[in-house]
Amino acid sequence: MSDSQIDKNSTLSFHSPSEVDLEKRQFLITVTACTGAVGAAAVAVPFVGSMLPSERAKAAGAPVEVDISKVEPGSMITAEWRGQPVWIINRTDAMTADLAKLNDQLSDPNSEVVSQQPGYCKNPHRSIKENISVVVGICTHLGCSPSEKLKAGGDMGDNWTGGFFCPCHGSKFDLAGRVFKGSPAPTNLVVPPHQYLSDTTLLIGVDGKAEA
Amino acid sequence: MKKLLLSLVFLPLIALASEAEITVAAPIDPSDQASLQRGARTFVNNCLNCHSANYMRYNRLQDIGLTEKQIKDNLLFAGEKVGDTMKVAMNPKDAKKWFGVAPPDLSVAVRARGADWIYAYLRGFYRDGTTLSGWNNIVFDKVAMPHVLYELQGEQVLNHETHQLEVVKPGRMNPEEYDAFVADLTNYMAFMAEPAKQQRQWIGLWVLLFLGVLLVLTIKLKKAYWKDIK
Amino acid sequence: MADKQAQTKGYMSCAMEWIDARFPLTSNIKNHLTEYYAPKNFNFWYFFGSLAMLVLVLQILTGIFLTMHYKPDAELAFASVEYIMRDVFGGNIIRYMHSTGASMFFVVVYLHMFRGIIYGSYRNPRELIWLFGVAIFLCLMGEAFFGYLLPWGQMSYWGAQVIVNLFSAVPFIGPDLSEWLRGDYLVSDATLNRFFAFHVIALPLVLLGLVVVHLIALHEVGSNNPDGVEIKAKKDKKTGIPLDGIPFHPYYTVKDLVGVAVFLIVFAAIIFFAPEMGGYFLEANNFVPADPLKTPAHIAPVWYFTPYYSILRAVPPVLNSQFPGVAAMGLSVVAFAFLPWLDKSPVKSIRYRGSLYKRWLAAFVVSFLVLGYLGTVPSNVWGQFGSWLGGADRATVVARIFTTIYFLFFILMPWYTAKDKTKPVPERVTY
Repeated sequence: MSDSQIDKNSTLSFHSPSEVDLEKRQFLITVTACTGAVGAAAVAVPFVGSMLPSERAKAAGAPVEVDISKVEPGSMITAEWRGQPVWIINRTDAMTADLAKLNDQLSDPNSEVVSQQPGYCKNPHRSIKENISVVVGICTHLGCSPSEKLKAGGDMGDNWTGGFFCPCHGSKFDLAGRVFKGSPAPTNLVVPPHQYLSDTTLLIGVDGKAEA
Repeated sequence: MKKLLLSLVFLPLIALASEAEITVAAPIDPSDQASLQRGARTFVNNCLNCHSANYMRYNRLQDIGLTEKQIKDNLLFAGEKVGDTMKVAMNPKDAKKWFGVAPPDLSVAVRARGADWIYAYLRGFYRDGTTLSGWNNIVFDKVAMPHVLYELQGEQVLNHETHQLEVVKPGRMNPEEYDAFVADLTNYMAFMAEPAKQQRQWIGLWVLLFLGVLLVLTIKLKKAYWKDIK
Repeated sequence: MADKQAQTKGYMSCAMEWIDARFPLTSNIKNHLTEYYAPKNFNFWYFFGSLAMLVLVLQILTGIFLTMHYKPDAELAFASVEYIMRDVFGGNIIRYMHSTGASMFFVVVYLHMFRGIIYGSYRNPRELIWLFGVAIFLCLMGEAFFGYLLPWGQMSYWGAQVIVNLFSAVPFIGPDLSEWLRGDYLVSDATLNRFFAFHVIALPLVLLGLVVVHLIALHEVGSNNPDGVEIKAKKDKKTGIPLDGIPFHPYYTVKDLVGVAVFLIVFAAIIFFAPEMGGYFLEANNFVPADPLKTPAHIAPVWYFTPYYSILRAVPPVLNSQFPGVAAMGLSVVAFAFLPWLDKSPVKSIRYRGSLYKRWLAAFVVSFLVLGYLGTVPSNVWGQFGSWLGGADRATVVARIFTTIYFLFFILMPWYTAKDKTKPVPERVTY
């Protein structure tokens, strides 16, 4: 048995790498780890994406067409969009005229909170057509659906000019969905994206710009 | 019942012998959008009256080059929305009364039967006085479905000596036209059976390319480390 | 720069100290990775253990996401699978990963078991690792069987119907037993619902537990190797490290990464280009919704069950009872558990065994493959013998011959392993 053989047979099977090797290894580790991370991110796409609304949910939540020809001035109808009630209120001229008078009693009279309405409804009457108001009937406090109190006065008191009252925690909104000061609800009711396909057909769910 | 099930396990299982072998491959091309669109129209106009495709949404037809407006204008007749699935108006109970069996849903028919079978089936109807509907099919013996497209194909009979189908009464299309027409329909049904197939294969190419790079890197990494081993 | 490095390192070791005072993290990393010494001569066959772990993780992950959309209801199940395939973003890829993963799990596990057989990994002192492994295999078969019902297609339905009915062949309690398993007089909504429970929670829990004890037992005695030499017999005098051992991390982690990359290439190729795998991974008949009134013309189990199914069909009924066939099928799987005590050879690895053993092993492999093939086809596939053999199906006769060989491999093992002319085993591993 030669010396080198004895040496080989009685030492460990691995030895510490040289300096050069370490640098090369560090480089390879970095590159492989980065490539692996890219791969992992790509694999995550279908998994994360699978939790998004499916095609079925999208189809169920598709824009809804509503015929508003039968809504008399001073009355309202409720449409359903994405499982939420959407109120379409045909306000009388008197009602719209009253809106401006309420400004001091409201939290956000000029619709400054951007998230609560599309840009084309940031106006005194919060609507595309002055008389027709379209709002999602879900209280911005904790998600109850407020009751309609369109008529002035009545059980809401003599100063009431018409609007909505949330039975859960007493939030009050006017006929443009604007919230009264002192209500638990922090913001105005949401105006959903919508557009008019014709004078009497409303499409809820899509901004006018998107289709045109 | 139990005996029957047990015998199922132990007895030799026999494939039905009275049906012809499929010899012709369906001449379909999943990348031919014009053919797929023609097939979609044929499907909606002819098949959807009795058969549903409950898992297929109309707006999925955007994958074969149609716009939402085209789908709405050309393929929706009964006030459906483009997001709806291809439902059928016929009540399955009525259908069962009329045909003996309820017409099956066709969403995944091609995955169950194969495109070649569908192609052969659509071309394989022949006159047979012994069946209820007066029709029979060379690949589906005593099928309950009548030949819906006979006005186009004409009427065939089975020559019992050669086992070939022969046209006895020509239809509005000549045989080549009819075969192309049916090929388009088969093409569409193959698409409908798995709409994401093309996209899946396209993603697959990139995945394999990426994994190829990863393989090279891991081999280099392994070699760099295994230098240590004596 | 150097300062900053020292500082970050300081934070790292601080964090490690904090953890180590509360949880044995460093010592676990040492015991199972950096100071777990594995033989340096692992070859190709040693990739499949870590690959099985990878597939297990993938199956659990994809399974969780499928559960978010799947409906275990006889009215809705089939539709919910198509819903996943079409309406859920990425759903088709997740579903194909899961269905392909099921078959690949068996590919990997069969190769892993074959490795254990050829290198004698089941022998003393690794009998318990092997037994846990057999338990994992049984559990996996259950998992696959329960999962196969969930798509609620014709193959799902009739496959479950037939397998559950096998329990009817058990003497005395059989019929009641299979009724209890189904929860109904036929496979129905109740069956689907309980199979779902077994598939998504009961068996995965058991499987994970078994994998943990399989690994604990492995790390207790150390890995075997292609030479079947115990590396712990020759240790470095100063450090006590086996002379033929190398730290699992980094050497085998980087090596296994190569295996993972190759595996993923095969896996992705199937998922993206051939998810049905010619009808072996996803069967055409399973795209027809389950119909309790109509049996498909040809039912066969998925490919990974077909060798045992062939054995079931090959054994003729005795005294009008199907029980011997069912018992033979069960035994053909359980037989693996007895290997540690059937093998009387002085050597472990096939490298030092004689030709007698090699011939028996080859015969066993051929039987397994032929039986596997025959299980996928009707038994009249090769026609019948003439009247001189009573007109028996050729395939059935062949299946009987190979079933006999399959069992003889186990039954005669004590004899031929003892009689075999073995070669001398080296003291150290060959590398």
